[in-house]
Amino acid sequence: MISMSVHTSEQLQRISSEAEMGNGQRPGSGQKKSGRRNQKDPLFHIVKRTDIPMWKSLLIRAGALIAALVVCAVIIVVITGEDPFEMYKHMFNGSFKTPKKFWGMLQEMAILLCISLAVTPAFKMRFWNIGAEGQVLMGGLGALMAMKLLGDDGLRLPNAVVLPMTIITAILFGALWAVVPAIFKAQWNTNETLFTLMMNYIAIQIVRYIQIVWSGGSTALRPINGTGSDPSYAGWLRLPAQIDPSFTGSVVVPSSSGYLLNILIVAALTVMVFLYMRYTKQGYELSVVGESENTARYGGISVKKVIIRTMLISGVLCGIAGLLIVAGTDHIINDGSAKGYGYTAIIVSWLAKFNPFYMVLTTFLVIFLKQGASELSTRTSGVITDDFSNILIAIIILFIIGCEFFINYQIKVRARQQKSKEAAES
Amino acid sequence: MTIFIEIFQRAVLTAISLLFGCTGEIITEKSGNLNLGVPGVMCVGGISGFSGALMYEYFWGGADNPNAFLAIVIPLLFCLLGSLLMGLIYSFLTITLRANQNVTGLSLTIFGSGVSNFLGGFLVKQVSPGAETANISVKVSTKYYMAKLPFSDSLGWFGDMFLSYGFLAYVAILIAVLTALFIRRTRPGLNLRAVGENPATADAAGVNVTKYKYIATCVGCMISGLGGLFYVMNNSSGVWANDVVEPLGWLAIALVIFTVWKPHFAIPGAIIFGGLSVLPEHLPKFVTIPMDAKPLIKMLPYAVTVIVLIFNSLRKKRETQPPEALGLSYFREDR
Repeated sequence: MISMSVHTSEQLQRISSEAEMGNGQRPGSGQKKSGRRNQKDPLFHIVKRTDIPMWKSLLIRAGALIAALVVCAVIIVVITGEDPFEMYKHMFNGSFKTPKKFWGMLQEMAILLCISLAVTPAFKMRFWNIGAEGQVLMGGLGALMAMKLLGDDGLRLPNAVVLPMTIITAILFGALWAVVPAIFKAQWNTNETLFTLMMNYIAIQIVRYIQIVWSGGSTALRPINGTGSDPSYAGWLRLPAQIDPSFTGSVVVPSSSGYLLNILIVAALTVMVFLYMRYTKQGYELSVVGESENTARYGGISVKKVIIRTMLISGVLCGIAGLLIVAGTDHIINDGSAKGYGYTAIIVSWLAKFNPFYMVLTTFLVIFLKQGASELSTRTSGVITDDFSNILIAIIILFIIGCEFFINYQIKVRARQQKSKEAAES
Repeated sequence: MTIFIEIFQRAVLTAISLLFGCTGEIITEKSGNLNLGVPGVMCVGGISGFSGALMYEYFWGGADNPNAFLAIVIPLLFCLLGSLLMGLIYSFLTITLRANQNVTGLSLTIFGSGVSNFLGGFLVKQVSPGAETANISVKVSTKYYMAKLPFSDSLGWFGDMFLSYGFLAYVAILIAVLTALFIRRTRPGLNLRAVGENPATADAAGVNVTKYKYIATCVGCMISGLGGLFYVMNNSSGVWANDVVEPLGWLAIALVIFTVWKPHFAIPGAIIFGGLSVLPEHLPKFVTIPMDAKPLIKMLPYAVTVIVLIFNSLRKKRETQPPEALGLSYFREDR
């Protein structure tokens, strides 16, 4: 038995490749290649990079981003016939023109970042949790139920009771929605991608059901505990107006709270998730399971336990995201409260290579584009709609996804390869 | 009886879109590619077909002297081309560039639904400025796409239930049956399954993994795209509506699991799913149901799918498992 804590990542990779070789998955692949080399090498072949300098990988990503922006510009010009630089300026205004827009951007970033943090530990473990949308909705539903049942419409308990209960139920509901697929994955190897995907739609319908039951069929939205002659604001997650610069201050629906607390909570979570994944034993274990389950077993890690524990953390974080949406921002819920961020978060997390700090950047990119496109839609007299932002975002993401290849792999052209081989021989 | 027939007809109309989506996705998944872009592909298939029909009617003189052949073929070609393009993007990224399939698929869905929602409004404005999407329909193409089979009126309830749909419905069933035969009974079908189960083994046996994955994904996408076209032409009578095709795509992915990757099971499966998804809208016409029952009925397909998924993983029967290498990209030099 080896002690796991002392291994560097290279050692880990070596162990994992040895462990899988032991399985005899692909016997003879080595010989086949060397036999072929004598006949004729293919024009180019692809090799996995072991390491790439930081500046190079950044350069590749920047290149992809610029290429994507050029493609987007072409599309904008073809469709609207307007100056793309003017358009990009409008997009910039969408996030930075006024303090309100800036705070709005930070708030959206906080929510998306929180969900991205939630899916990250599971992804690092190669557990494809695409059920964040449902987990966030359930978390939000949990918060709402506590606020409704214990607050103004129900038992009329004081905020000191309602607020903790809101937080607890939100986290419980989110965790429950994540742990169920995890248990089935761990015990019976049920496909987690498909399971979590289905759980999203079940959650959406549950939210619709609750909405209909509680609103008596009417779709009118009113913030829980925030209306009436003497609203208690019980369960509302907010800082006092005096210290929150983003406080909207209006009592008009749907919000009379600020975003600062949401942003601070998510900032703290970002650091915590980073520390958890980088410096704790549990974080190490989940990355071993992600690299190779066989290695993990060989090293004495209980894979089942790690899967369930990691998904529990994912679910808790999704529950917190739901809490921030319902108790911290909207104070209401509908089936679109998660705004599809459950899916976007997967992309955000993956683009950031599962690093929480890079995730701040990728979250910014996505939210910036979203805000920008909705600003554009007001500038171009309806030719460009909100859907247009999805097109731009998708194009940029597809380009970045594509460029990852050039970061992870190296294309070796035949001639150069032979030359270097000769150099090595002499 | 008429109540039952009407609900059945609506169920079949939704079912055919699901069947196209599901069959396409089964072919794709059999090659080991979990294409979560199917909802996007169906959106693009729908909008491409719609724009083809729009072009034909408003710019190429189709409205004045309609030609049955052109009215059918132009939207069909547009739809297939659009879906093929989506398939190529997905294949290039996941197969050649070995990108993560989930991330690529989800991005493709965002892209596809964005493109279709945007283009729907945009094209209608080009055709007649200031018009609402709901007021512009592609009547000529719709007429030919919705043409019933001969004898459907003279055969009473049988004709109503089974012969009253456009030709694409029967194409969908034919494709599902042929796909089932192809996967189970032919050599390329066996190779395809091998690629999805264990690409390294298939590679060692001399199967061109890249080629199989590319073809399966692209053909799968083209078939899925037809589901979008069918929805536009037959279900919404040639009117473009935003955000209606995408949910069908997710339901189609659920159907793939429900039918345990077997296209011939997908035919009854699609009708069940179609029935469940139209019930909340159409049942209140005939009997009163409580408002809050609607979401619960809509939840059923997904809940049942989860149960099927769990049940199959508990039984561990080889025939009902997802393809072994589903969702993983294949790199020959990887170990």
